[in-house]
Amino acid sequence: MNRSRTRYLSYIPLILLSIFFLLPMYVMLVTGFKSGDEVGLKYMWDLPKSFSLVNFQVAFTQLAPYLWNSLNVVIPAAVISSILGSLNGYVLAKWKFRGADVIFPLILFGMFIPYQSILIPLVDFMHKINLYGSLPGLVLTHIIYGIPITTLTFRNYYASIPNELVEAAKIDGADLMSIYWNILLPISIPSFVVVLIWQFTQAWNDFLFSVVLTSSKNWTVTVALNNMAGSQIVAWNIQMAASLIAALPTLLVYILLGKYFLRGMMAGSLKG
Amino acid sequence: MQNKKEKWQAFLLVFPSILAVAIFVYGFIGWTARVSFTQWKGLLPDYTWAGLSNYINLFTSDGRFAIDIRNTFIFTFLFVVGTLVLGLIMALLLDQGLRGESFFRSLFLFPMAISYIVTGVAWRWLMNSAAGSRMTGLNLLFSKLGMDFMFSNYTNTPIWGIAYIAIPAIWQLSGYCMALYLAGLRAIPDELREAARVDGASEFEIFRYIILPLLRPVTLSAMIILGHMSLKTFDLIIATVGKQYPLDMPSVYMWQATFDAHTYGKGAAISILLLVSVAVLIIPYLFITLRSEVKQ
Repeated sequence: MNRSRTRYLSYIPLILLSIFFLLPMYVMLVTGFKSGDEVGLKYMWDLPKSFSLVNFQVAFTQLAPYLWNSLNVVIPAAVISSILGSLNGYVLAKWKFRGADVIFPLILFGMFIPYQSILIPLVDFMHKINLYGSLPGLVLTHIIYGIPITTLTFRNYYASIPNELVEAAKIDGADLMSIYWNILLPISIPSFVVVLIWQFTQAWNDFLFSVVLTSSKNWTVTVALNNMAGSQIVAWNIQMAASLIAALPTLLVYILLGKYFLRGMMAGSLKG
Repeated sequence: MQNKKEKWQAFLLVFPSILAVAIFVYGFIGWTARVSFTQWKGLLPDYTWAGLSNYINLFTSDGRFAIDIRNTFIFTFLFVVGTLVLGLIMALLLDQGLRGESFFRSLFLFPMAISYIVTGVAWRWLMNSAAGSRMTGLNLLFSKLGMDFMFSNYTNTPIWGIAYIAIPAIWQLSGYCMALYLAGLRAIPDELREAARVDGASEFEIFRYIILPLLRPVTLSAMIILGHMSLKTFDLIIATVGKQYPLDMPSVYMWQATFDAHTYGKGAAISILLLVSVAVLIIPYLFITLRSEVKQ
């Protein structure tokens, strides 16, 4: 009986925590809808008197080119690094060559490094191959530094598939690629979803690579938003609307595909 | 049985990725390390050997780097402890099988899906320290609620300003920590708790002597993951407070030293120090995690 009372009491901290988690979203949302006299900072917590979409329209017009840039970076980066990760994971789980157990942790380390430690050579390299400032340069960067996490997720998944399945196919005369194509690929669709949405989210939310590698017309949405917020010119209701717009794509992915998002997140802590 | 040809095919399949990581991770780190031993200042590369002077200067005659170290300690401590404690509390609350559990879980986790830049822009307004008629953000909320004792100068607080960046950071990552703890809690068999209850243990004793020790591996992993994230914190600081001297961290200093001031040697040295601090946490972690995997 005592325990059932604590259960009900649990809702008090849960609701307080919910308020804490929703505070920034509340401010973004109500401010985004306000216009005219209501916008003043002292009315921050008041509900809007009318629902005006003007701020969202203005913010969207300002952000549109950068949203488009982000999309053009994030989609190829997520797709290509997922494919590479899947192939690597397959080989590292099912076709271990000599040294594979040394190479795997060496690849993994790449996902933990502070990227500051590779930025100077990276910028130099992008200049040399004439991709500095461009979107393809940023895509290439995301693909390469995405390899560790995508490889990890797929390797863990393929390692959980019984070896007998692969061995039986080998006896039947299937070769390396046909085993991948006919047996493993069809059952790895859920893993592809996990990895794709994780890479999509990471690349969409990236700031460091984009701010260092792209020229102003190729900024991604995070860089554009940060510049908007740092400037004195853009009104704060527009900033709030812009923040919400910038967060929307990944937020939608989270709401629609939360289960897969969670799995990608857990993979990052190596706990498969 | 694998024949030779297929082994080669397998290797060729991963070779491009291995090569890319070898160059872009290890090659580039080596290159940065080399730059850190030079006196390179200005836009054109200058590989004149400078020995350890960049490192020595950072530690002996660089006031800003001293602030960085202090800020890193303050921020990391508060962020890691705050995230662990909040994550554990949320996991314990949600582990009781309450109605609405999945709603709360999704709510506590959603900040993981959004960018630090968005988080920073929102919290910059919430943690506004303007007073009087210009008061806004959390201070205004506290004033409306009659909780004036909660007023704060936030990031404008002398010395401890960086501590307030831990608030949005905790906001962003405690849900992640909750998910790790929930997975850990779900792995503890119910029989263990039941048996302890039969033996007359109180709920607190069960938590203290059974649950908490069994969660120790989760706590350790979470500490390492959060600790290394904290060392790398960059976006959140830029978006919340910009580049302010008293609120500086090594990642921000590296960026300014390199790309604003063009003191490449110094920037490289800061980034190598950052890398070493991360490696000290991560390498043993990788080693232990992968070895326990082999044992299983």
